[in-house]
Amino acid sequence: MKILDFLMRRSSAPVARDRLQILLAHERSGTGNAELINQLREEVLAVIAKHVSVDPEKVQIKMDRGSPISTLELEIEISGLPSAKAA
Amino acid sequence: MSKVLVVTSGKGGVGKTTTAAALSAALAGEGKKVAVVDFDVGLRNLDLIMGAERRVVFDLIDVINGDAKLSQALIKDKRIETLSLLPASQTRDKDALTEDGVNGVIEELKKSFDWIVCDSPAGIERGATLAMRHADVALVVTNPEISSVRDSDRIIGLLDSKTLKAETGGDIEKHLLLTRYDTRRASRGEMLKVEDVLDILSIPLLGVVPESEDVLKASNVGSPVTVSNPQSAAGMAYITAAKRLEGADLPLTAPTSRFGFLKFFGRRAAA
Ligand SMILES: Nc1ncnc2c1ncn2[C@@H]1O[C@H](COP(=O)(O)OP(=O)(O)OP(=O)(O)O)[C@@H](O)[C@H]1O
Ligand SMILES: [Mg+2]
Repeated sequence: MKILDFLMRRSSAPVARDRLQILLAHERSGTGNAELINQLREEVLAVIAKHVSVDPEKVQIKMDRGSPISTLELEIEISGLPSAKAA
Repeated sequence: MSKVLVVTSGKGGVGKTTTAAALSAALAGEGKKVAVVDFDVGLRNLDLIMGAERRVVFDLIDVINGDAKLSQALIKDKRIETLSLLPASQTRDKDALTEDGVNGVIEELKKSFDWIVCDSPAGIERGATLAMRHADVALVVTNPEISSVRDSDRIIGLLDSKTLKAETGGDIEKHLLLTRYDTRRASRGEMLKVEDVLDILSIPLLGVVPESEDVLKASNVGSPVTVSNPQSAAGMAYITAAKRLEGADLPLTAPTSRFGFLKFFGRRAAA
């Protein structure tokens, strides 16, 4: 256990370096800002709302910035669709 | 030709004021006429670090408001004849700093000084942007620590977009000064290494100042470390940095340094 602790401690600076590199790559390109996420959220919602009714309160949006890929996750609760059972 | 240098960082408490004092004293020690200006309105400290706190009568805001002449507000250093300090106001807030006002003060200082060193407050607001506004040269003070590096990256972005130099299509000269560096902890992988920070920020390295109790001692007695203890590792790092700023082709080595890493990085920094 002691040895593991020691190894873990040794490796913390490289972890810091990797996290910084990923974060700054995004911050520099401007993709890290909340403005973009808000805009995406509004535009995507608008498209969906054309077809089904959406409660803006029931929308979850998540961003995971990674290297080489990042993901944007949208979870939208919709009403007005026939339920799976009925279909 | 006089040069305006800003000492900046984004993050607070990384060693900007320590650096502004030590570097100004080192430049003045080389015979240059140096004015060091405290932009940290409301939280002035440079006067204390330079041991001039009892001699402050007027400050930067008084000069901007026309309540005092620049010559009345400048405090001449008692140890180095060519060094002067323009203190910040302790009672007013940053809104008292105006773009035109700062412009006027810098232009006037340029007439009588070789170097105008601006000690920036932390943050990215008015005080910090005005401190960097007229800079020809920027010294980005960074600690080998994750949040300091991130903030430095942000500040580099501002230097490249919000300074007069950048707005008029010029290139502001940027240098990295890594301070509070602990070689032992870096070599154990507990702290970011010089190369890590250089890789990430990719601006040229001016110097590495070790974590040192001599800096604290210097602040206790109100004398820049380059004056109170020029032979210390921190003192020598600042003196070498000042010479390199002046264009001396010096490696980052300090002759009697006990710190092997300075030698190690000498080659790289000279390149
Ligand atoms: N190389 C060093 N070794 C040890 N301590 C240091 C070193 N450099 C600075 N310090 C200490 O760190 C503290 C903060 O330094 P300083 O006031 O220069 O930072 P700052 O960036 O100007 O802070 P602020 O953002 O509040 O203006 C002080 O206590 C100072 O003595
Ligand atoms: Mg300060």
